[in-house]
Amino acid sequence: MNAGRSFIEMTINGEKRTVQAPPMKRLLDVLREDLHLTGTKEGCGEGECGSCSVRMNGELVNSCLVPVLQAEGASIQTVEGLASNGKLHPLQQAFLDCGGAQCGICTPGMLMAATQLLAHNPHPSMAEIREGLAGNLCRCTGFIRIFESVIAAAAQDVEQQAQETPHAR
Amino acid sequence: MTTHATNRIVGSSVPRKEGVDKLLGRARYVDDIDLEGMWHGATVRSTIPRGLIRSIGFDRSINWSEFAAVTAADIPGSNHIQLIAADQPCLADGMVNHCDEAILLIAHPDKHRLREAVNAVHIEYEPLPPVFTIEESERQNVIVWGADNLLKNFLLEKGDVDSVWSGAAHIVEGEYRTGAQEHLYIENNGVIAEYTAESGVTVWGSLQCPFYVHKSLLAVFDLPEDKVRVIQTETGGAFGGKEDYPSTLAAHAALLSMKSGHPVKMVYDRMEDLAATTKRHPSRVRHRTALDHEGRLLAMDIDLATDGGAYSTLSSTVLSRATLHSPGPYVCPNVRVRSCAWATNTVPYGAFRGFGAPQAVFAIERHMDEIAAAIGLDPIELRRRNFLHDGDTTATEQVMREPVILDQLLDRALAESDYHARRARFAHENASSPIKRGMGIAAFYHGSGFTGSGERYLNSLAGVDVTPDGKVRVLVSSTEFGQGTNTILTQIAAEATGLGHEDVIMAPADTGIVPNSGPTVASRTAMVVGRLIERAGLQLVSLLREHAGLGAHYSRADFFAACDRYRAVQGAVVSLCRYEAPPGVFWDDQKYRGEAYPAYAWSIHVAQVAVDTVTYSAEVEEFWAVQEAGRVLNPVLAGGQVEGGIAQGIGYALYEKVLLQNGHMANNQMTNYIMPTAEDVPPIHVYFEEVPFSHGGYGAKGIGELPHDGPAPAILNAIRDATGVRCNTIPLLPEDLFHKLAAGQTVEEATAV
Repeated sequence: MNAGRSFIEMTINGEKRTVQAPPMKRLLDVLREDLHLTGTKEGCGEGECGSCSVRMNGELVNSCLVPVLQAEGASIQTVEGLASNGKLHPLQQAFLDCGGAQCGICTPGMLMAATQLLAHNPHPSMAEIREGLAGNLCRCTGFIRIFESVIAAAAQDVEQQAQETPHAR
Repeated sequence: MTTHATNRIVGSSVPRKEGVDKLLGRARYVDDIDLEGMWHGATVRSTIPRGLIRSIGFDRSINWSEFAAVTAADIPGSNHIQLIAADQPCLADGMVNHCDEAILLIAHPDKHRLREAVNAVHIEYEPLPPVFTIEESERQNVIVWGADNLLKNFLLEKGDVDSVWSGAAHIVEGEYRTGAQEHLYIENNGVIAEYTAESGVTVWGSLQCPFYVHKSLLAVFDLPEDKVRVIQTETGGAFGGKEDYPSTLAAHAALLSMKSGHPVKMVYDRMEDLAATTKRHPSRVRHRTALDHEGRLLAMDIDLATDGGAYSTLSSTVLSRATLHSPGPYVCPNVRVRSCAWATNTVPYGAFRGFGAPQAVFAIERHMDEIAAAIGLDPIELRRRNFLHDGDTTATEQVMREPVILDQLLDRALAESDYHARRARFAHENASSPIKRGMGIAAFYHGSGFTGSGERYLNSLAGVDVTPDGKVRVLVSSTEFGQGTNTILTQIAAEATGLGHEDVIMAPADTGIVPNSGPTVASRTAMVVGRLIERAGLQLVSLLREHAGLGAHYSRADFFAACDRYRAVQGAVVSLCRYEAPPGVFWDDQKYRGEAYPAYAWSIHVAQVAVDTVTYSAEVEEFWAVQEAGRVLNPVLAGGQVEGGIAQGIGYALYEKVLLQNGHMANNQMTNYIMPTAEDVPPIHVYFEEVPFSHGGYGAKGIGELPHDGPAPAILNAIRDATGVRCNTIPLLPEDLFHKLAAGQTVEEATAV
């Protein structure tokens, strides 16, 4: 039954996790099906919409395009790893306050892209925000309030939260 | 606190009710849910646009005993999807009428086994000649639907158009076309269904209208009402695309569940969703308009045609709204609109934000600029001279009894956008630049709620109850799919009961729990359902005063203590209200005359567009939207509706093309169906003027669809301003603009006669 499966060890949101999965299984499916982290969403399955965005070793990736084998030993942050100690991450709070989320299906990926952006550029210009979020499609908001959310979060001290290595919980 | 403290919660930007769950990634969309023993379903679809099914063969390479398979023969009730008419089969039976029509369903415990199995089903057809365009369908050489291909037609007449032409100072004609548009909600269509002999059918799904799905399942399964239950799960965008299609998908999953004996999940991937589900109706609108020497409208003769696809679905009501929005926000003594929805062999077109209005508004607002050019009048001035005002009558002879503030909206739009100064500057700069800039406007209304007698037929019921643990619950079948239903209805209930927003929750959108407050469509939730919740909340307070000793001034604790006393005697604390039409509303469905809508929202859009004459790209650089949609219940959510609608409208105008090849969508991927990204959407400036509507929830009218109506004509009018070239067809892609500009066409399509 476990023929063709490999043991893959990853650090997910600061926690060591081991899964037994076919090596070419998409990281997206491993997160959702094996680890029950369903916050990460599938929108297109071909790397266009960014709904499945997660941070892997400090890079933003489309988890629908990553075979889990490639994530062996990696440190991965998903939307479930943003809030800590029951407190929303400043980006989550800003999205709530500014209307950055409507239907919410692009939101986890959008939050990860915004986290990645602020980790490397704590005070981005509007052009840099647009570029940083260009791989994440939102059909509800027209992006305007997402931009405002990122600006509001950047106005706070988010550098601490946006470290490349996620906090252990 | 008192119940008269308006402005307390309504009108404030309280955070989205389900926002925290969405931000934490713990909101449960249908694909996030697994049931014990659940199987997965897939669909075998037609590969031809029209023909007879000769045979269905199963490849022996597959061990079919592991699978459940369902055909039309397995349907226990009626093989149709119940909507307005009953012409669309749940599963094709002997004949297919469009590509990607569902023929056979299969299910298996492992979803990864499904693709191979779908490909191992071989269907042989005897092809029949298909029809793909409005023109082919109206020629009626090949009949593909009914006796004449005509899904629906309307005739709207005011005055006597034909008596005007000979004495008119100007007659201007034009033809305008719009393409299909895909909703592109980021969450694809999906459901889970469970059938048992004892309980009947239960469906969980991503959907807008639980009672539409409920009604449709009753017919397919021939079950009584209490044996079908539909529960909406968190829904990742809809825009009309989950109004009727979930009825089909729910029936499919439920049939597979009945056959397999397991709950069955069906979640489409993007390619299947794009290929097989509804889109916006393509349209062709012809205008012939007579004016006097001063540029006042004398007659409007409008010929409107839509492509409805293979089955009637919602085409009649989309056509109705297109018809009623086609004359624009103008006064004209003589109006004739002849409209037809034609059948073709494509996936049925369906509901999409605006529901016929964006097509109609594109035509009239593009045409107004062509009239202005033809008669030598400024496009702003032409509109001003013809705007509807209070007391005027529309094309259906509806008297404008509520204030109409189009002039005020226009003044504000011109001021905020610095329209005249920018236009003058661009005219100067364009002469020496390969980048040509222009300004364009659109003026329009959107009727809130169902058309004509629709709300009376719906006869919606909604209300509130109070749970023993001290929460007021809003009881509606109105659903949240991003637009803010949960938040505004709980705001209204909190306002009416004098409680805090945190004291009010939504009951689950579950047909087994909530009354039928109607479908979540037609910009009706804030106005119609909101009003029901306002009334129900006020009625609850009255009940508690009358029967449970609640005082004139009360605290939160007083309120819930009164609820406990009421519950002890009455068993439950419930307050329900049924729809009541505003007084004096009359509508004649035969003559298409009277109060077409209980209220209208009004808007002016201004677009600044840059056309690059080297690359032939058109870019919207800045956008202004001024609107009056009654009372604004939640400024952040309302602003978000306007911005999101405008972004979709920009896509409709310049990016989004559904490419059909032999009736199949050829670009059914996000890679090549292109919507505006974060780098494409311009700064959007949103302004509200508020005129409370006395029959809307705390004064609200509809806001959801309005912003999608204006961007396309405003943008193409700006391109006309920038280049002098008339572009009367959307989507307008760079290759289209290349043909226009390279050909140097500045006079065609619209002709001054």
